Amino acid sequence: MLSKIVRTVTNQLILFILIFGLYIIAHGHLTPGGGFQGGAVIVSGMVMLLVAFNHQEVKKVLRERLLSIMESTGALIFIGLAFAGIGTAFFYNLLVGSPIFGRIPATGPNPGDIWTGGVIPLMNFAVGLKVAAGLTAVVLALALFSSGEEIEE
Amino acid sequence: MRQVIGLIVLLVVIAFLVSGMLLSIHPFGYPPSDMDDYIIENAQEETGSNNVVTSVVFDYRGFDTLGEATILFTAVTGVLLLLRTAKRKEENS
Repeated sequence: MLSKIVRTVTNQLILFILIFGLYIIAHGHLTPGGGFQGGAVIVSGMVMLLVAFNHQEVKKVLRERLLSIMESTGALIFIGLAFAGIGTAFFYNLLVGSPIFGRIPATGPNPGDIWTGGVIPLMNFAVGLKVAAGLTAVVLALALFSSGEEIEE
Repeated sequence: MRQVIGLIVLLVVIAFLVSGMLLSIHPFGYPPSDMDDYIIENAQEETGSNNVVTSVVFDYRGFDTLGEATILFTAVTGVLLLLRTAKRKEENS
């Protein structure tokens, strides 16, 4: 466990890092970024928690089984959305034109609208969940392993 | 002696591959297919996404992203599996 200054700053910063990661995931179809990048930002916040606090403290909050379930859920949602358009083609964007995320923006540069993109925002969320949970599980497992702790099932 | 011959053979192979790559590369700014023009003009209308890169990653070339996700999944599964097995064997011995 690091000094009190580091812990206090981490306590203040972690919220903003998580919100920034969520923002990058949620606006993946409007601004640069997406599921992979936003998930990596969230994982960087988790790594900061692991560095600032003791891993026993983090282990109390994050269960590895829960992280595994979250990662598998993200992968299943992603493949399910890909298979949802199998009537036309694999990875067909079937939500364009529907009430859910179905608005079509004008061609050319425009500020955009959050309700556009069809299945792309949903896939961004699925991939973001998968990347964040998976890489957090890896980092946590490595930290616990290198300290000789027992891995929580 | 053997190392020198090996190094020469390696250099010849690398020169062959790099020269082939440089000869067949297309001029900068003139892509070999019309696919990029099609995507730039039609991506917003067809996928409804303002970010054309995301529309390529998750829609036009979604299969690629599926492979990427599979690689990540395999890596995470392997790491968790390995660390658990190592711990268990340590306890048994």
